[in-house]
Amino acid sequence: MTDVLAVADHRRGELRDVSYEIITAGRQLADETGGDLHLAVISGTVDEFAEKLNREGVDAIHTVSHGEEFNHDVYSQAITQLYDDLAPQFVVTPNSVNGLDYAPAVANELDLPIVTDTVDLETDGETLIATREMYGGKVETTNELEGDAIVTIRGAEWPAAEGTGDAAIEAFEADIDEDAVGSTVSGFEEVGGGDVDISEAELLVSIGRGIEEEENLDLIRDLADTLDATLSSSRPIVDNGWLPKNRQVGQSGKVVTPDVYIAIGISGAVQHVAGMKGSDTIVAINTDPNAPIMDIADYAIVDDLFDVVPELIEEFEG
Amino acid sequence: MKILVTVKEVATVEDEFEIDGTEIAEQYLGADLNEWDDYAIEEAVQLQEDGIADEVVTVTIGPEDCEQTIRQALAKGADRAVRVWDDTLEDVDLLDVNAKTEILSAVIEEEDPDLVLSGVQAGDDSFAATGVSVAENIGFQWGAVVNHLEHDLDDGIASVRRELEGGVEELTDIELPAVLTIQTGINEPRYASLRGIRQAQQKPMDVKALADIGVDESTIETELELTDMYEPESESDVTTWEGSADETASELGDLLRDKGVAQ
Ligand SMILES: Cc1cc2nc3c(=O)[nH]c(=O)nc-3n(C[C@H](O)[C@H](O)[C@H](O)COP(=O)(O)OP(=O)(O)OC[C@H]3O[C@@H](n4cnc5c(N)ncnc54)[C@H](O)[C@@H]3O)c2cc1C
Repeated sequence: MTDVLAVADHRRGELRDVSYEIITAGRQLADETGGDLHLAVISGTVDEFAEKLNREGVDAIHTVSHGEEFNHDVYSQAITQLYDDLAPQFVVTPNSVNGLDYAPAVANELDLPIVTDTVDLETDGETLIATREMYGGKVETTNELEGDAIVTIRGAEWPAAEGTGDAAIEAFEADIDEDAVGSTVSGFEEVGGGDVDISEAELLVSIGRGIEEEENLDLIRDLADTLDATLSSSRPIVDNGWLPKNRQVGQSGKVVTPDVYIAIGISGAVQHVAGMKGSDTIVAINTDPNAPIMDIADYAIVDDLFDVVPELIEEFEG
Repeated sequence: MKILVTVKEVATVEDEFEIDGTEIAEQYLGADLNEWDDYAIEEAVQLQEDGIADEVVTVTIGPEDCEQTIRQALAKGADRAVRVWDDTLEDVDLLDVNAKTEILSAVIEEEDPDLVLSGVQAGDDSFAATGVSVAENIGFQWGAVVNHLEHDLDDGIASVRRELEGGVEELTDIELPAVLTIQTGINEPRYASLRGIRQAQQKPMDVKALADIGVDESTIETELELTDMYEPESESDVTTWEGSADETASELGDLLRDKGVAQ
C-alpha cells in the first residue's frame, strides 16, 4: 500500500482549476495503489485554500504557510520534506508553468524519475504506465517506469474533483532554508491589452504558421475585413512580431469563445487549443488531414489555404 | 562572462507518416534545430554583442549527424561547440530527463559558465524539464519559461520575466550562476549569414564520449521506458468538406451565413 502526494497550484490569491483536477488524478492513482491521497498546498492563504480543496477523495491536506506567492525554492524544499515525511510512491504536480519550475528540481533532489505532461496514468502499485504526446501531438506514447516517480499532469485531462471531503487538514512545519532561496518575485504584469479584445468576438479568423510570410498576412486581413470578423492568431505569428500580443489565442494568450472559430494553417498544439476549445463551432483549414486541430474541429477543409481563402473572399465579395 | 547554450537537434515529422514499433519510420523524419533553442542561442549572441558575454559555447547530446544543426548555432555567432555522444546512447529509444541531466551537468561543471540558456522544451519529446533539473543538479539557480531578460545582469542578478498562463508575466530576480529556460518570442532569432556559415566551418567542435566527461554509463541508465507509440485515437466527428477550393469555400460560406456570423 503506497500513498500519493499531489500539489495544488494557485496564483494571486486564487486556486487554479488544475488543483481540482489533480485531486482526481491523484485519487485514481491512490485507488490503484490502495493508498491515501495527500494534498499539499504551499504559500498564500493556505487555510482558505485547504477548505476549498477539501473535496471528495482527499485523505489529508498539508498546509505550508510561507510567503504569499509561488517561489520554486520554497516549493522544492517543502515538497522534499513532505516526501521524506510521508514516503509516497508518486508525487503528482500540474504541468503548469509553475509546476515546470519546481517539479524537475524536486525529482532531481529526490533522485526520482520524472515524466511530464501526462494525459493518462495507470499503475498496479509497482509499474507506472504514463501516456503522453510527442511531436506536437502527432503521436501518443506509453512510458513505463518502476518504483517511485514524480509526474506532472496536463490541465483539463482529468475532471475536477467535486463534493465535500473530510480530509484531515494539518499545518506542516516545513523548515525553509532562506539562504537557499535564490530568486525573488517582484511583481506581476498583465500583457496583451490594446485595441481589440478578441475574447469578445463572435467570429474569429485565426491564422497560424501556415501563412509562412508576413506579406501573406494581407490575404487574411482581407478575409477578416470581408467577413467583418476579428483577426487572431497562434503564437508563432505573435512571436514573429507580425501581430500584437493581444491577438494571441492560447494558454499564454487569450481564451476565446466565439460562435465560429476559423483556424487557418494552425496545427492545434495543446497550448493553442487551451485557448479556443470553448468555441461554439470550429472550422479548420489545413493541408494536413492528421493535424491535431482535426480532433476538435467540427468542420474541416483539407486544402491549401492559399487556394481556399481567396475563394472564400470572393464568395462574400461577389 | 561565459554563457553555455544547450542545443538540440529535434526530429520533425511529415504530415503523413507510419510508425515502426516505438519510433516513427525513418523515411518520414526530418531534422531541425529545436525552435526554443534557436531563441536561446539568439539571446546568448545578443548578450555577447552587448558586451556582457565574452564567450558563447553550445552543448549538444547527439550523434555525428547532428553536426549540421550545431553548425547553424555557430553560424549565428556561438564561439564553439561541445557534442557528447557514445555508442551506449545509440540504442536508447528515449533519453529521459535524468540521463540528460547527468550528461549536461558534467559538461557544465567542466565549462563552468556563469549563465546557461536552454530552450523551454524540445519540439519532439517535449519534456520541458531538463533545464530546471540540471540547475538543481549542479547547484545553480534557475527560472523556467523566461520571455524577457534584462541585459545588464547587475550585481550578478538576472532580472527576468517568466511567462505564466493567461497573459500574465511574473517579474523575478534570479541570482547567478543560473539556468534560464527560454521561451519563444523573447527575441527575433537571426538567419545565419553566408559569412557566418563559412566561419562556422572553422569554429571548434569538441566531441566527447561519456568517459571523457567522467560520466559512468550506469548513471545514465534511463528509467523511463518507451513501450508504445501510436496515432492518437481521434475522438472527433469532424465533417470534412470535399471538393475544389471554390466548392469547400462555398460550404464554409453557407455555414457562416447559417450561423448568422457573416452575410
Ligand atoms: C509554455 C508554452 C506556452 C505556449 N503558449 C501558446 C499559446 O498561447 N498559443 C499558441 O498558439 N501556442 C502556444 N505555444 C506554442 C505551441 O506549442 C505551438 O508551437 C504553436 O501553437 C504552433 O502554432 P501553429 O499551429 O501556428 O504552427 P505549426 O504547429 O507550425 O502548424 C502550422 C500548421 O499549418 C499547416 N499548413 C502549412 N501550410 C499550409 C497551407 N498552405 N495551407 C493550409 N495549412 C497549412 C500545417 O499543416 C500545420 O498544421 C506555447 C508553447 C509553450 C511551450
